Amino acid sequence: MIKTLAKSIREYKKDSIKTPIYVSLEVIIECFIPFLIASLVNDIKAGTSISHLVYQGIFLVILAGISLTLGTLSGYACASASCGFAKNLRKDMYYNIQNFSFANIDRFSTSSLVTRLTTDVTNVQMAYMMIIRTAVRGPIMIVFAFVMAYIMGGKMAFVYLFTAPVLGLGLFFVMRKTIPIFKRVFKKYDNLNSSIQENVKGIRVVKAFVREDYEMSKFENAATSVTADFTKAERILAWNSPIMQFCIYFMMIFVLTVGSYTVITSRGMDLDVGQMSALLTYSMMILNSLMMLSMVFVMITMADESSHRIVEVLNEKTTIDENVDGIKDVQDGSIDFVDVNFAYSSHAKKMALSDVNLHIDSGQTVGIVGGTGSSKTTLVQLIARLYDVTSGSVKVAGIDVKEYNLDALRDQVSMVLQKNVLFSGTIKDNLRWGNENATDEEMQEACKLAQADEFISRFPEGYNTYIEQGGTNVSGGQKQRLCIARALLKKPKILILDDSTSAVDTKTDALIRQGFEKFIPDTTKIIIAQRIASVEDSDLIIVMDKGKVHATGTHEQLLANNELYQEIYYSQNKKGEVLDA
Amino acid sequence: MHNQSHSSVAWRLIKTVFSFYPVAMPIMVVCIVFNAIIGSIPSIFMQNVIAIIEQNWEHGSWSSVSGEIMSLVSILIALYVLALISSIIFNQMMAVVSQGALRKFRIKMFDKMEKLPISYFDRNPHGDIMSYYTNDVDTLRQIISQSFPQLLISSLTVITIFGIMLYFSFWMTAVVAVGIVVMLYVTRKIAGGSAKFFLRQQNALAKEEGFVEEMMNGQKVIKVFTHEKQSKQAFDEINEQLFSDSRQANKYANTLAPIIMNIGNVLYVVVAIFGGIFIVSDVQNISFSGLALSVSVVIPFLNMTRQFSGNINQVSQQVNAVVMGLAGARRVFELLDQEEEKDEGYVTLVNAKEVDGKLVPCKERTGIWAWQHPHKSDGSVTYKKVEGDVRLIDVDFAYVPGKTILHDISLYAEPGQKVAFVGSTGAGKTTITNLLNRFYDIQKGKIRYDGININKIKKADLRRSIGIVLQDTNLFTDTVLENIRYGKLDATDEECMIAARLAGADDFISRLPDGYNTMLTGDGANLSQGQRQLISIARAAVADPPVMILDEATSSIDTRTEETVQRGMDALMLGRTVFVIAHRLSTIKNADVIMVMEHGRIIERGSHEELLKEKGTYYQLYTGAFELE
Repeated sequence: MIKTLAKSIREYKKDSIKTPIYVSLEVIIECFIPFLIASLVNDIKAGTSISHLVYQGIFLVILAGISLTLGTLSGYACASASCGFAKNLRKDMYYNIQNFSFANIDRFSTSSLVTRLTTDVTNVQMAYMMIIRTAVRGPIMIVFAFVMAYIMGGKMAFVYLFTAPVLGLGLFFVMRKTIPIFKRVFKKYDNLNSSIQENVKGIRVVKAFVREDYEMSKFENAATSVTADFTKAERILAWNSPIMQFCIYFMMIFVLTVGSYTVITSRGMDLDVGQMSALLTYSMMILNSLMMLSMVFVMITMADESSHRIVEVLNEKTTIDENVDGIKDVQDGSIDFVDVNFAYSSHAKKMALSDVNLHIDSGQTVGIVGGTGSSKTTLVQLIARLYDVTSGSVKVAGIDVKEYNLDALRDQVSMVLQKNVLFSGTIKDNLRWGNENATDEEMQEACKLAQADEFISRFPEGYNTYIEQGGTNVSGGQKQRLCIARALLKKPKILILDDSTSAVDTKTDALIRQGFEKFIPDTTKIIIAQRIASVEDSDLIIVMDKGKVHATGTHEQLLANNELYQEIYYSQNKKGEVLDA
Repeated sequence: MHNQSHSSVAWRLIKTVFSFYPVAMPIMVVCIVFNAIIGSIPSIFMQNVIAIIEQNWEHGSWSSVSGEIMSLVSILIALYVLALISSIIFNQMMAVVSQGALRKFRIKMFDKMEKLPISYFDRNPHGDIMSYYTNDVDTLRQIISQSFPQLLISSLTVITIFGIMLYFSFWMTAVVAVGIVVMLYVTRKIAGGSAKFFLRQQNALAKEEGFVEEMMNGQKVIKVFTHEKQSKQAFDEINEQLFSDSRQANKYANTLAPIIMNIGNVLYVVVAIFGGIFIVSDVQNISFSGLALSVSVVIPFLNMTRQFSGNINQVSQQVNAVVMGLAGARRVFELLDQEEEKDEGYVTLVNAKEVDGKLVPCKERTGIWAWQHPHKSDGSVTYKKVEGDVRLIDVDFAYVPGKTILHDISLYAEPGQKVAFVGSTGAGKTTITNLLNRFYDIQKGKIRYDGININKIKKADLRRSIGIVLQDTNLFTDTVLENIRYGKLDATDEECMIAARLAGADDFISRLPDGYNTMLTGDGANLSQGQRQLISIARAAVADPPVMILDEATSSIDTRTEETVQRGMDALMLGRTVFVIAHRLSTIKNADVIMVMEHGRIIERGSHEELLKEKGTYYQLYTGAFELE
């Protein structure tokens, strides 16, 4: 796990190494200062000349200046290292997600990816910052403070060997008790927030059914349970501070009694007053370092879960080989399915598609109908190699799709997805997804063909109209037509519309299809539709049922001898009510 | 929303927490005060002990001074024990209080949210509302449990130490004071910059979050259009901005501690040198204690200087937390200050039975519902059977003043009738249903329900009598069965299953892995949109209301499945007044009356046959010559 994460440090390796070096130097100087001050105090006591005092003072001020410089340098390096590391982590995750295949995308929900890219990375960043700074500072500080204390106070320094373990053990037990609670409670906390989200989204349902009180009591229970766990953890953590105080108090009393005993019995030989006060300073340094180290552990634990989630994304290997060296030229728009079987996952019990054999000529218009769950979408997704077949093969222009360079294939097989998305930006920005260099004329042409030009030109800002995130400011039908135009701009050899005109009225729907016949006759057009009217005049209609090709033929053929097709047809056109358009 | 200043937000936060814990908070404050003062006085003992050593170290006889030192130390031990006890009490209480306060804030916010009018949710992006719970409340944790106590402890300690310093020596105190002023000035500068960049970092983070969310949502589109490269570029730009803001923020934050600490070190040296100069040059000391300047005064002074700068360092570490916490608190209060949905209705819904041809209210469920209508004028109470007669008379409505959405809407739905609305998006169909259950209130005209002005009916009872199925189904994280039971909390399992059968949902539910006990998560993400619609129809069916609104309720169910659901739907609609909104004309053909709407007006009305004969808009729609948007 750490290895995977460490790969993202890259150009911030230098800063990551500089930080602990600066920190170490800073700590060493920091440990010297009380030592020198002790001698300064003794000099004052001994009544040295003022000029000598001032020399000593200047020396100390210079040391403080160096310590400050090192502190600032380490602070800067640490900020660069940790923020840079976080930046690279986000970048690496995002880049890897861009390589995800559809199968990979299906495995992660949008919200979980967002959390991984934001909150989780922030947690790791904080932990990293503490590791290269505080975690280095703590142990060095403890060692040096001890050494200095030993030099000055001799055996008295061994008091640390008593207090430090007391504090260390105390903190250790506190951590051991709280960490599992925290791990548990964070999950509960996520659930609490997702239940709030449900309420925000479903407020109409809550209010319509007058369930405000019910939801409130449900929420109160959930919140109380989360709080109970958090409180339990916090109450254990709350022992940290008294344990720390106990150690400080112990040290104070020890130094005051044993210290003064030593000073007096040795007549200031083993220990003098200045050193006595320096001992107190060192004890504070050691205890503070221990305290900081315990904070580092808390942070690391919190980041642990996050790291796992990040690594999961970083290590996710795309399930589709892009075949960079593959064939880049797609000759025509003919399609073949040869003994195709397909399952979404290797351990799925049922095949989503089985025994599919089909041939589609280049330039044909093909309609696909069938009930919900009959695998219509699955079938067409294999053409653009959004998923790979489990067995058998899918061929475009007579060549297995796996032989093509993936980008080249997808540029020629343009697909309008069922769950489609427009992005925030102008209409033009969105259209350019199809072709980055499209001219205004080309865009207008595509929109005319998709029957979108008419409503776009009615917008005050026309093609420069800003589309809100998720396309919320255009109607469902308008959105679908924009998506079709976007796909048309690719000028593909094969165009697939997956239920892409469901919100468009029948007349416009027909106009779009007529336009296809007239202006892109050489493009193979595959249309999945609920409405029979949308596929009626296709060259070939494929009826799908339960993952199998149930029947193929023209409208007339199917209507004459296919029961399922008839059923669908009559559910939409009741006898005696069929009106001619 | 008026803009509250930092200090007024801080005050309100403190007052609110005190009101949550009126007993615990004062006890805690006492503990803090006690702790802070005890934390500051060891310097006095130290001075005493050192003074004793000073006088005696040359003769090396421990026994002559041990009594004096030991009695001082015993007092100190006693004080420490007390301090430890108060510290334990304080810390334990703080754990309970800070978490408890967060819990109370969350519940208060949630309760408030549930009471807000629908318009609030329509106006505010859901992400913003969520952020109250996910971001803002969490910022309160640190400010309550750490920042406020730390500020209190530090200021008390500083005051106490200052007092003790004056007790020892005015001159020395003056030297320290100059140093402190410098320190405070630097803290203010750096911490201010740090806070500025932390807020910037928060904004950059929010921006990146929004971007990532949009892109992750459209990831499949990115793949289909091989748009990966552009998507990476756009991301890099935003990511780089976040990096530079957060690096800046952290640079400030990281350097603050070394700077304060080293100013502390310099101050320490300066105090030591001045101490030396004062002693050597025999300056006349001025102090409360009347002590002469000596090493036994200078040494505790040095420790106090360290304590002083330590406390300022502690406070400065809290600055970011305070700035972010107050920003969070301000937003939380903003939510809590929102105006709740008003309800002045007094007509209530009661169970009733007929006794001697008269309606009498009763406790048990009888299947008969009545409006209990108290009359203010004569104090009498009348009962009227709930039948589902709905009338809109000359209704005008605008979401935003001046932008009228509905004009002169008049319509009558008799009990048991099916009324359908067709029209383009934005024609006002859904708005009418929003008015019926008073999600919004009309500006002009009247709405009568069984002859009663709906403003007189208690909102809860009005809504209970109107079932609603929306196009965007919202299911809750729970089992299928519990989701159906949502319509009527005391429904038996049997009743829920009957409702599911009625809605035509029984078939697919029984094929789910755990049947009716299958857990639904993420708004029913494991179901198809059509299946979710069927469950929400069952949910409305189990409520068994006299009036039903179906707003695009079957839009995602394919026509063949709709055929099979249709019988159930017909049974569901039987004997109820039903308002249907549908895009698909086959869904509404058999309505008693169809209203064709355009730009907030009803332009045609009549039965399917009548409207076809009229050869107007409906005819054009039906024949596909006209488009709905």
